[in-house]
Amino acid sequence: MNALKKTLGAVVKYGSLIIGAVVAIIPIIAIFFASFKTSGEYTTTGPLTPPEDWTFIENYIRAFTEGNMLTGFLNILIILFAAIIGSTLTGSMVAFVLNRFDFRGSKILIGAFLLATLIPAVTTQVATFQIIEGLGAFNTRWAAILLYLGTDIIAVYIFLQFMQSISVSLDESAMLDGASYVDIYTRIILPLLKPAIVTVIIVKGVNVYNDFYTPFLYMPKSDLHVISTALFKFKGPYGSEWEVICAGVMIAIIPTLIAFLALQKYIYNGLTQGSVK
Amino acid sequence: MFRFSKLSYSAQRRVVIFSFSLIPVVLLLTFSYLPVFNMFQYSFTDWDGFSEMEFVGIENYITIFTNPEYFSVFKVSLYYFVATFFQMGIALYFATILSYQVRFKNFFKGVLFFPFLLNGVAIGFMFLLFFRPEGTLDTILHALGLSEYIKLWLGNPDIINISLAGTSIWRYMGFNFLIFLGAISSIDKEIYEAAEIDGANKWHQFRYIILPGIKMIVSLNLILAISGALSAFEIPYIMTGGSNGSETFVIQTVDTAFKYGKIGLGSGMAVVLLLIVIVVTVMQRKLVKED
Repeated sequence: MNALKKTLGAVVKYGSLIIGAVVAIIPIIAIFFASFKTSGEYTTTGPLTPPEDWTFIENYIRAFTEGNMLTGFLNILIILFAAIIGSTLTGSMVAFVLNRFDFRGSKILIGAFLLATLIPAVTTQVATFQIIEGLGAFNTRWAAILLYLGTDIIAVYIFLQFMQSISVSLDESAMLDGASYVDIYTRIILPLLKPAIVTVIIVKGVNVYNDFYTPFLYMPKSDLHVISTALFKFKGPYGSEWEVICAGVMIAIIPTLIAFLALQKYIYNGLTQGSVK
Repeated sequence: MFRFSKLSYSAQRRVVIFSFSLIPVVLLLTFSYLPVFNMFQYSFTDWDGFSEMEFVGIENYITIFTNPEYFSVFKVSLYYFVATFFQMGIALYFATILSYQVRFKNFFKGVLFFPFLLNGVAIGFMFLLFFRPEGTLDTILHALGLSEYIKLWLGNPDIINISLAGTSIWRYMGFNFLIFLGAISSIDKEIYEAAEIDGANKWHQFRYIILPGIKMIVSLNLILAISGALSAFEIPYIMTGGSNGSETFVIQTVDTAFKYGKIGLGSGMAVVLLLIVIVVTVMQRKLVKED
């Protein structure tokens, strides 16, 4: 009786895990298969039939060259780099000030950063658009960089939280040696914040690489396409050429897959820590 | 020569506080608070983005609440709202299972989580292919002998929102799963052992140890997911552009403001959504705190 119950438990457990895994993978597999099919093959075979010739990479070449994806990668790299450096610096600086000094208005400031996370950015685009346009940043990479710095304030949180675990006695002993506050920030705090910086890189990296509406609204020019918007452009002209679209989708998700396989542990930890608001 | 370290600490303090927080605060005010403030202002005007702004009082709000065309799209949010609970349930189920001894644990964890990392546009195309007539889903149903259940997943206005909300579950479940898994692993292992000695089965362990241990995290995730459901935008916009009855409030807001140039009305809609999201969040935080 007990043995039966145990087997049944195992069947349910592994059965549900396998179903879950299949559901998670199948939509990706279908895209993967289709990306290697010729257009004739695509129309005559089912989506879950593997391609005849795995070396047929014509779709990838077309997606990459006609689909503006090189520009997309370059732009997203520039934006990612600027957003990560920028939010690491601004976030750690403001976290240093808010954590180490108790001054008039510091509580209000913390509250202001806290409250801002309640505002879903997608709801305020109507007015944000006018500000970006007023600054002359519309249709420049600055639009995305500024918005990633100014509205995605998660970095401030991650640093504020992490600062609490860095003992103030470190600052004090450095002060006995005559270190200035700037020295303390650059030589003690910033190096110790390394794990938090990794978290910020991961969280920002995922958010920025996958963001659609910021580049879509603020950088419509085709020179400024990022991966999301370059891919979105496939929708009209390639409407009937699904095999090319699928190759484009694969090109967009391959970097994610590589990053995931290489940095799995950091990604898990980063996202878990980054989520605690 | 001037050297910063020669200044007294109290002078340094003032300089550091000011210079370190200047840029972050300017960014915060310009891109997080100013838009909200401006949006309130625009919402009382008939501005089209170019001509003179004219004050129209609460006319935009009257339009939003009385014209069924505008407010009825909130019905679509209900699909995403309900999906949220499925999403949490599935995430909680897999997180619980995988926090016990399981073979290939890392493989299952990785596969269940991975969709969350994917680009939203890529996911949109993936599921356009998935739901197409004779697409991936139909092929699977044929293979399982369930051909009679095949529907026009994205063509039928009665089903389209279920398909899209399902896509949303596929996309976001992995995140909740990961967070729940982390929360469960922080529960002291000895408690399970003690419970097992007392004869508690797995269900008891879940009900009396795991669930109370992660209640806080679950409710916080629920709040985030609910505000996410209210402001659902990416998946329906990318996949259908809001056609066929899949238009959400945010799609409508963005279209009203940017496609039809009614910045005033669009702002009013955005204000309504913002207030609803804030009320939901504050209410739930209160509830969580009271527990």
